Amino acid sequence: MANIGVYVELKEDKSKKSNKEAISLAKKSGKNVYAIIFTNNLDQHLDELKGIKKIIQIKDQDLFYQPDYYSDTISNIIKDFDLNDFIGICSAQGKDLFPRIAAKTDASLVNDCIDIDFENNLITKPVFAGRLLTKIRVEDEFKMYTIRPNVFPVQASDSEENPEIITKELNKKELKTRIVDIVKSDSKKIDLTEADIIISGGRGMKEKENFKMLEDIAQLLNAGVGASRAAVDAGFATSDMQVGQTGKVVNPKLYIACGISGAIQHFAGMKTSKIIVAINKDSEAPIFKKADYGIVGDLFKVVPLLKKELEKIL
Amino acid sequence: MNIFVCIKQVPDTEATLSVKNGKTINEDGIKWIISPYDEHAIEEALKLKAKIPETNVTLITLGPKRCENALRGGLAMGADHAIHIETDEHVDNRIIAKALAIAIKQEGNYNLIFIGKQAIDDDSYLTHIYLAENLGIPVSTNVTLFNYESEKVFVEREIDGGEKEKIEMTTPCVIGAAKGLNTPRYPSLMGMMKAKKIPIKKLSLQDLEIGEIDNKIIVEKLFAPPEKPQGKVIEGDIEDGVKELVKALKDEAKVL
Repeated sequence: MANIGVYVELKEDKSKKSNKEAISLAKKSGKNVYAIIFTNNLDQHLDELKGIKKIIQIKDQDLFYQPDYYSDTISNIIKDFDLNDFIGICSAQGKDLFPRIAAKTDASLVNDCIDIDFENNLITKPVFAGRLLTKIRVEDEFKMYTIRPNVFPVQASDSEENPEIITKELNKKELKTRIVDIVKSDSKKIDLTEADIIISGGRGMKEKENFKMLEDIAQLLNAGVGASRAAVDAGFATSDMQVGQTGKVVNPKLYIACGISGAIQHFAGMKTSKIIVAINKDSEAPIFKKADYGIVGDLFKVVPLLKKELEKIL
Repeated sequence: MNIFVCIKQVPDTEATLSVKNGKTINEDGIKWIISPYDEHAIEEALKLKAKIPETNVTLITLGPKRCENALRGGLAMGADHAIHIETDEHVDNRIIAKALAIAIKQEGNYNLIFIGKQAIDDDSYLTHIYLAENLGIPVSTNVTLFNYESEKVFVEREIDGGEKEKIEMTTPCVIGAAKGLNTPRYPSLMGMMKAKKIPIKKLSLQDLEIGEIDNKIIVEKLFAPPEKPQGKVIEGDIEDGVKELVKALKDEAKVL
């Protein structure tokens, strides 16, 4: 039987939420699942990895993410263990790491997959920031995929069996691109691409200071704070908060758009949200055509009321 | 110093997109632009050119005849030279990266290559990293800050949760430009006049001897995602409306 690999992405030794999605998908493929994980403390991750075939644990005294070390190590494992398919998350790290591995192993990579049909070799991925979708066939023996977070279903493992564990060392041959430090964000921001709930502000927010209102609600809901391009260009929000065609593509359960008119480019970045709520004083704003729920009203009145109501139920 | 900037011509972000023959977009009436991240790449190259004497900025693109306009646009911003690998064929990212790598190597010395972290049409996030791996040089993607000092490059790249990685690379290297890196300039009238007179070097895939064009990523179907039905718009008293909304989110949509 063919083998499929999953890269288990960790952040400060904690498992990323979407690893569960990637592992569930790999199991669904019907192939032998190999998980590749860079950690010195495997025990805490074993629960998540039940029911797969093998765990390949990479140990080192310093496992700080260096793309050259990681891509060399994984490329060797892919060859050594005959992994014909390889899955990871379409995260900031996934987008940095996977193309390097694909180039090194001469595999074909498709980023940002939202559906993978292993049997018929068909991958669905968004293009034009999700305004269109494409079905892709990969004519290659070696295929790699990064999956969009929050899309693929998570299946609880029905097996209690512990996989075989193989330990490998980090390949530290060459370091061309050297990460010297991580600059933490001043506030502990929720990552928008993985967030379950996002509250975003647009031009209607009028001032940078007014985003505090959204941050308060975000804290209440454990949500991320986003912004439209207009808000970023006006200096109300930073560019890492931008949702849309030239910003982040997000996929939360709940997206609350405050003072966002709903330009096609913004909509492209959040249209796959399960539920979209629009708050806008202009009843003609295009966002209302796309929203599941809309409130026509002044956001400076609606948002505080919303906070009050949410506090009651949470 | 020789800087290369790889650019791609894409439909304007405001263009109405429709599908033709189930596989490609209908190009009729489309306004074409330089992919926005590539504009950031051009701007950063021009900023560096202004600081370092005897620096040449060469634009390079791959695509059909219409892509000439993208090159003219970049020349008008202030780039010095332009190379057009002209082809009507659809080629996947791996082949594009290979062709760009060969064309750049043919020009002789290269110190820095700027390119957008993704093109806003196919959203592949691949070409820049494949290009670097092809050339065997370092690469950083999603770069929001760039500094160059005596053959060393220092960048910051945005990662998840608003954090940033600080990265050191030696030249030559590839920079995958992101929004936040700079604000691209508008071409001046003089720039536009000057750009018209700069000859564009034309190459074909055959000239580059890239071998067999073995696309491995095949687009089977292009289609519009299903439209959502119109939702519920609450008008009138705001206080009641918000109560209704929160109740609906909790009980009906079950997202709270």
